[in-house]
Amino acid sequence: MEIDPFVFRLSIFILSIFVGYYVVWSVTPSLHTPLMSVTNAISSVIIVGAIIAALAGNNENIFNESSIFGFLAILLAAINIFGGFLVTQRMLAMYKKKKK
Amino acid sequence: MISTNLLALFYLISGVLFILALRGLSSPETSRQGNFFGILGMLIAVLVTFLSTGNFSTSFIYVIAFLLIGGSFGAFIAFKIPMTAMPELVAGFHSLVGLAAVFVAISAFLNPQAFNLGVSGNIKLASLIEMSIGAAVGAITFSGSIIAFLKLRGLMSGAPITFRGQHILNLLILISIIGLTYFLCATQSSSLFWTLIAISFLVGILLIIPIGGADMPVVISMLNSYSGWAAAGIGFTLENTALIITGALVGSSGAILSYIMCKGMNRSFFSVILGGFGGSDQTNKSDNKEQKPVKSGNSDDAAFLMKNASSVIIVPGYGMAVAQAQHALREMVDTLKKNGIKVSYAIHPVAGRMPGHMNVLLAEANVPYDEVFELEEINNDFANCDVAYVIGANDVTNPVAKTDPQSPIYGMPILDVEKAKSVLFVKRSLSPGYAGVDNDLFYRENTLMLFADAKKMTEDIIKSF
Repeated sequence: MEIDPFVFRLSIFILSIFVGYYVVWSVTPSLHTPLMSVTNAISSVIIVGAIIAALAGNNENIFNESSIFGFLAILLAAINIFGGFLVTQRMLAMYKKKKK
Repeated sequence: MISTNLLALFYLISGVLFILALRGLSSPETSRQGNFFGILGMLIAVLVTFLSTGNFSTSFIYVIAFLLIGGSFGAFIAFKIPMTAMPELVAGFHSLVGLAAVFVAISAFLNPQAFNLGVSGNIKLASLIEMSIGAAVGAITFSGSIIAFLKLRGLMSGAPITFRGQHILNLLILISIIGLTYFLCATQSSSLFWTLIAISFLVGILLIIPIGGADMPVVISMLNSYSGWAAAGIGFTLENTALIITGALVGSSGAILSYIMCKGMNRSFFSVILGGFGGSDQTNKSDNKEQKPVKSGNSDDAAFLMKNASSVIIVPGYGMAVAQAQHALREMVDTLKKNGIKVSYAIHPVAGRMPGHMNVLLAEANVPYDEVFELEEINNDFANCDVAYVIGANDVTNPVAKTDPQSPIYGMPILDVEKAKSVLFVKRSLSPGYAGVDNDLFYRENTLMLFADAKKMTEDIIKSF
């Protein structure tokens, strides 16, 4: 009997939780704010779902009842992606070592 | 066009790059490279998605347009936002992730063919469950973050809002969400789907309103976690590895931060969620307090004490952020260092309104990060330091947490500020902190209260030198 692909995805999910657990514990506390802003940015990879949804509309009716939600989601996720990565960049650029 | 297998591999690469992005944050030196990996991962994910749809018609131009409009708005905010407003910015961003998850779920529900999830009215059972979870968690994240944003921005009172039967109501609603999901799967009815989303919005609001201002670091971390689980839920629906990996990473990241914040306050996660802490019972506490003598001084006294010290520890808190005093503080420290005085900064895990809040503000004011220490690293040094300069912190320095088992903050790890030879405490009045507890430190022999705005006092001290 074949294994349901869902089980594979579940395995990836569970293993990623563990990876996340160990990686995040190694983040230095002084960078916890950039951690939050960068996790914000990467969770906006949800934009891939939004793009598929938006492009599912046909050419006669680009904004149909389902694709319009895709477009709106693209808008929101894009704010987050650009805003999240750039504000993280801006913060990280400020962390400097003592001049010896 | 690009094959499904190749597509999945590219998403895997994105996922790995996101892991590296978080890994980079283990030290400030590697962090910038980490952020670059994150951007690269995002770029790959978006590009291969475009290739996979193979749709470069008029719709595609609109997609790019929406992307650029949102992107420029996001970039504009990122460059304009003052560092003191970071907590509300992050809360705002969380709400967007939540809402985006809801929109994607709605879109998938209305047009399941686009995602290979079956046909409308007959969506695959597993997909429908995943979709419901993604939509519900996304909606909770959205409305919860909006409330957190309003509280942090000061547009809504930070005081907890509680009413009778609140917890029972929340419990009933959570049960009804599970029931709704069940019936939704049985009937595939779209009205149930809309009801589910509407109720989840309501839960988000109800969950966050009873939580007080001082617990905001936990709330923000928790919502961070929720936004991850929402993304993971959608990832399962869309069978997308990048989303599943990212969702799991973000979900566990937020959960760990919540844990660290709860530990920093010696409170259980459960008691924070139940809320009602802080702000409500201040009055009856101060009534039975006898008037105790307090020593207060001015900027000249403070300048004198610090100039004659050989080591000074700065303890910043939320008040520093409110007064925007970080730049003045750095100037003051520069003067001290010129006089050969050793200066370091001590940061409590829950200082400020979000994890790491103080570190970012100090970094903004050009304070080198190797002068900034966490509680465990520096707590023993207070005994050997001449002056502790407490600026905008309160509860995290209260020695009562170590001595009085009756106190609501008993057991909370605190900075041992009282062990310093002298303590300079900048505060506008003797009012208690967010926990509603009077600070014992105010009445100590070695404490000198400096009643003023944090920024003004620091500037005055610079003048007095």
